[in-house]
Amino acid sequence: MVAGLLLGGFYAAVSLGVSLIFGLLDIANIAQPAFLVLGSYAAYVANADYGLDPILVGIALTPLFYVLGAVVYRVYYGSFERRGEESLRGLVFFFGLLFIIEVSLSLKFGVDYRLAQASYLGQSFEIAGIGIAFRYLVPCLVGLGMTLALYLFLGRTFYGRAILAVSQDQGALRLMGANPVRVKTIAFGIGIAASALAGALLVVITPVIPSTDRDYIGRMFAITVLGGMGSIGGTLVAALILGVAESLMATFFGPSWSLAVSFGLLLIVLAVRPAGLFGR
Amino acid sequence: MRRHVAAIVVGAAVIVAGVLLARLKVNPYIYFAGYVILQYVVIATAWNILGGYAGYVNFGTSAFFAMGAYTAVVLIQWTRAPLAVLIVAAGLVSGLLGLGIGYLTLRLRGVFFSIATLALSIVLQTMIINWEYVGGSRGLSVIRPSGAPFGNYVVFLFTVMTGLAVTAVVVARFIERSWVGRGLAALRDNEEAAECMGVPTLRLKLFATTVSGVLLGIAGAPFPYYVTFVEPNSAFALDYAVDALAMPMIGGTTTWIGPVIGAALLGSAQQLATVTISSELSLLLVGVVLVAFVVLAPEGILGLVRRLRGR
Repeated sequence: MVAGLLLGGFYAAVSLGVSLIFGLLDIANIAQPAFLVLGSYAAYVANADYGLDPILVGIALTPLFYVLGAVVYRVYYGSFERRGEESLRGLVFFFGLLFIIEVSLSLKFGVDYRLAQASYLGQSFEIAGIGIAFRYLVPCLVGLGMTLALYLFLGRTFYGRAILAVSQDQGALRLMGANPVRVKTIAFGIGIAASALAGALLVVITPVIPSTDRDYIGRMFAITVLGGMGSIGGTLVAALILGVAESLMATFFGPSWSLAVSFGLLLIVLAVRPAGLFGR
Repeated sequence: MRRHVAAIVVGAAVIVAGVLLARLKVNPYIYFAGYVILQYVVIATAWNILGGYAGYVNFGTSAFFAMGAYTAVVLIQWTRAPLAVLIVAAGLVSGLLGLGIGYLTLRLRGVFFSIATLALSIVLQTMIINWEYVGGSRGLSVIRPSGAPFGNYVVFLFTVMTGLAVTAVVVARFIERSWVGRGLAALRDNEEAAECMGVPTLRLKLFATTVSGVLLGIAGAPFPYYVTFVEPNSAFALDYAVDALAMPMIGGTTTWIGPVIGAALLGSAQQLATVTISSELSLLLVGVVLVAFVVLAPEGILGLVRRLRGR
């Protein structure tokens, strides 16, 4: 149960990018988990070769991933959105991108499992007889911090409100004198940067291989849809639910079933209540 | 009607050519690679019936393919049924799965449908991994029947796959030219408008998902005998989903010949890259070509040809 909640905090970090890009901008970025794993490998390389702290590296790399995300959005916008062909071909574009990143990583690093190390990660402490490992606690806390930061950013700052506005009515935003493409570029960049930082957390929690991204497609989209598209608070609640559900499943049926939880949940939510728990 | 007869005659001629090719004793690798390319013709054509004609993007191609393959595995384990029975049974199982997916389209459109198909693929893979009878995650060796026609079993499978590929293409062409194809095109462009005009959209969608499922299932049926070792990771490989999408996108999605062109080109290029460089690099090739085509030539090769002619 506690392990599930800790896992849930980390899942919230993983899903923020999708919540922003898919939930608010309505761009089905299937390649999101590939950026997550890309972030994991970046943090791993810095950790293994230079002995840097993986999470600090993840934070340091966010500007780089922000630029990467902005570039991807510009290509997407120029090729599909402007022509009004975003749905089918855009989806294929992102799927191809996912595949390219995954295969490139396995060409470069092979299919060995990689895990980041730091002195404090091996430790744990006990509260009321329940052992809590830093390996899980730290990513959970960072994840909660990211969720809070994004929540405040969207609600309190000018650009955050602009992103919320673009998700509601693009035309109106244009009439107000703001450029929707610029706002969306910023939002997309932040989404990718958030995923990359989450990737650094991922490589702290569990060993990563290039095809790990497939496991996270389901989790990310299940959490986003369950939480209600684009609702940050909903994302956190849904992430905690999924984390607990997965660790219960792993305890009672064995770890190989835990992956089916997210996808099963996704199928059920899509079939029963596509608007999610906190849907608009 | 006469045009359909002509198509069937051409199809029969291709099958005969395949059989004759099987009689010739050329380098055995040709059959080995040819089988894969023909298999992709079936998969790409099947994907295109749903994705290209009806506009519903299926990311779970590998689920249908693997269901076909695992239906065959179960039957081989249980009764050692002949290949023809395996193909029919695989088609039935994957067709039923397709019908189920078809009902999903009632609630889910666009992106949500695509994600649901991907989810389905992962859930099914987990079930197979936990099912010991078909080998679980470790996989299972399959022994080919002895005394194959044409002397060599791979050559025999090559001939069978030629037949399946021709069947798939003829079915796709028939759907495209009939009122079903026009109805699907209408619902691809605007589902609400099509419904209002009296197009039976639900029945058409169910038809498209089922036919697509059947064809993907039969493509998977000979797979256990071809590889002789079936394990979930190779049967459910994401590669099938990407290839199934890439091939029609490269060839052109609105006609039956598009997926065939795409499968022939990309399939051959992949085989060449696998032999000369590495199999990982051939996968990268598919991804790059796919993205390049959707960005630069959204109508595929057929669209490029049409544009050149127009000028």
